[in-house]
Amino acid sequence: MKTLSIICLALMLVSAPAWAAGDAKTPPKQDWHFSGPFGTYDRGALQRGFQVYKQVCSACHSMKLLSYRNLADLGYTENEVKAIAREYTVTDGPDDEGEMFERPALPSDRFVSPYPNAEAAKFANNGAYPVDMSLIAKARKYGPDYIYALLTGYAEAPAEKELLPGQHYNKYMAGNIIAMAAPLSDGLVAYEDGSATTVSQYAKDVSEFLMWAAEPKLEDRKQTGVKVILFLLAFFGVMIAVKKKIWSDQH
Amino acid sequence: MGSGERKPFENKTIEWIDSRLPIFTIMNKEYGVFPTPKNFNYFWNFGAIAMVMMVIMIITGITLAMHYAANTEIAFSSVERIMRDVNFGWLIRYMHMNGASFMFIAIFIHIFRGLYYGSYKQPRELLWMLGVTILLLMMATAFMGYVLPWGQMSFWGATVITNLFSALPLIGPGIVEWLWGGFAVDNATLNRFFALHYLLPFVTVGVIFLHVWALHVTGSNNPSGIEPKGPQDTIPFHPYYTMKDTAGLLLFLIIYVVFTFFMPNALGHPDNYIEADPLVTPAHIVPEWYFLAFYAILRAITFDINLLMIAGGAIAAYLVAVNLWYMEKPKHCPVSTKFNVPISKDIELCKLEPLMAACAVVLLGIGGLIAFMPDLGISKMAGVVSPVMIEAKLGGVLAMFGSIGLLFVLPFIDRHPHRSARFRPWFKIAVLLLVLDFFILTWVGAKPAEGIYVLIAQAATAYYFAFFLVVLPFLNKYEPRVELPPSIHQYVLDQKAKKKKKQDEYMNSLTPGAAE
Repeated sequence: MKTLSIICLALMLVSAPAWAAGDAKTPPKQDWHFSGPFGTYDRGALQRGFQVYKQVCSACHSMKLLSYRNLADLGYTENEVKAIAREYTVTDGPDDEGEMFERPALPSDRFVSPYPNAEAAKFANNGAYPVDMSLIAKARKYGPDYIYALLTGYAEAPAEKELLPGQHYNKYMAGNIIAMAAPLSDGLVAYEDGSATTVSQYAKDVSEFLMWAAEPKLEDRKQTGVKVILFLLAFFGVMIAVKKKIWSDQH
Repeated sequence: MGSGERKPFENKTIEWIDSRLPIFTIMNKEYGVFPTPKNFNYFWNFGAIAMVMMVIMIITGITLAMHYAANTEIAFSSVERIMRDVNFGWLIRYMHMNGASFMFIAIFIHIFRGLYYGSYKQPRELLWMLGVTILLLMMATAFMGYVLPWGQMSFWGATVITNLFSALPLIGPGIVEWLWGGFAVDNATLNRFFALHYLLPFVTVGVIFLHVWALHVTGSNNPSGIEPKGPQDTIPFHPYYTMKDTAGLLLFLIIYVVFTFFMPNALGHPDNYIEADPLVTPAHIVPEWYFLAFYAILRAITFDINLLMIAGGAIAAYLVAVNLWYMEKPKHCPVSTKFNVPISKDIELCKLEPLMAACAVVLLGIGGLIAFMPDLGISKMAGVVSPVMIEAKLGGVLAMFGSIGLLFVLPFIDRHPHRSARFRPWFKIAVLLLVLDFFILTWVGAKPAEGIYVLIAQAATAYYFAFFLVVLPFLNKYEPRVELPPSIHQYVLDQKAKKKKKQDEYMNSLTPGAAE
């Protein structure tokens, strides 16, 4: 009976989150710096990933849940964060005279969106809405593995697949048709730290950056988790010994 | 409470309080010296574990409520603010999220324990029914809690589940609008779900109190299912079970913590990290994993239930009831003078039973044909005399609620005098199959409702209902009565002797000749 319950539990844990994914290929598992119980983000990769987002993705994709101050997590100094924020313009107000005015963004401002609203975003993109990327790494099955696979998964469409104008073929997209053209190409973004300027390196870096954006407390979480588990294991050991001692007069 | 004899405490402060309000006397009586069967296994930990999970859920839940905003405009981003900007917000939210799952794991195991060892039987029927009430309250609370983050699954799950009530004839659509507080799942719905999600746990605490109270009146069941007959069968609750419960609890918490800290989103659905959008329907709408079995039952009824099926079912139910259920009546013809309508001089109703059984098979057969293969010519002809009585949607809703309703009345279905499956060889197989069945339902509930999955769900649903409505009544009458040990004490000694014998045999087999 015990074996049965263990088998059943295992079965359930394996099957419960297994949702159908259409006819897309399953993204291969990547080896991330943040994988595993002791994983942390690679600051270099985060900064490069941010650079890719800023120079490529942010032309269409917003990240409304992030503020410029959050970039301090990537290892930027306070002045660097201020400088990044200053590159953007936000509307503030009303001022003393009741007028709205424009000013350079501050670290406390949210990331400035590329379009004023969803309608404008759709209008500029053939009716396809470029989704907000703040949580994308948690809002897709396989998370960062999927993002990496998608960004590197563009290919020539097989002959039997009819593509309309504005449609592109991608091995990992549900239904294999995606409105976004391949956003990355070799040498597109100039890295300053000497990392390879290839599509796969860009994809890897931006996936890690998006994982950080979706789960900024991952390092805290894992480090706290290790301590909590060590404490509970020790406590559990003590309680097993206590239980054995107390029950010794009953056996 | 408190009006009986009271032994004075030595500590003056405690005595001062206790002589005015005897909480220390009560605690000592109910949790200190409380006589408890001495042979519990680790399955008996799960009541205490569920209680601890309840406390964790209330503490984290109240903290979350201090930061959450129940408004469709900002609910989603307020949860993200908790995750990003509130001190330890990520921890509190992940504890609450995964805590719901682990509370259901604890409760499911707790219910299985009760089923397997027959804890629901006389005199613990009310105790069991209060427990099923707690399950229902928990399900309502969890469902409404899942709506609060206002993600895609929140919104569409709420839409699907509230829409179920529209299947009720006449009053259905009215009830749905009343639940929504409008004409769709919207801000009014979110607000009332938040209010109820905050209220229901405290209602649950009240029912838990009654559940524990009833437990302390009847005392606990135990793995042998034999009532304690004297002091040799019991030990005081403290320190024996306080310490054993703590040990088991810690192991459970370790697994809970592994999920909370290292795979916090493994049990959730990625779509719930997309803000609710009434204009975009997710590809597959699925509830949280702990509802999947019931969701599978709901979706298994894909066919309309027609008149012939109901007629056949009614005859079958009559046959089961008179032949299997009331086993105290030894005669095969249990409905004696009152209902034995003499058809002719020497045919009584009970003698017609083979004929009735044949009728039931034919009616269910034709009815089933109409329901499952409506396009056949014969179905179309037969359909004229067998109109649809219950549409598939309503049938599904009735089956889903019925599956919990059957748990509720279980103490009155199972009338076999032995409690524990350890002394019921046939019941043991049937109940373990039910567990397997529950896992199959859970698995198939996550699959799209098409093709082979529908058939699997229907077969699994059929067994679930057959377990309660056919198998248990059958076992009432035909399962052999194994002889029970005279007492728990004797049972424990027997088991020890058996274990020792096995060990000795094993040792002997390792070293041939050592026994000589």
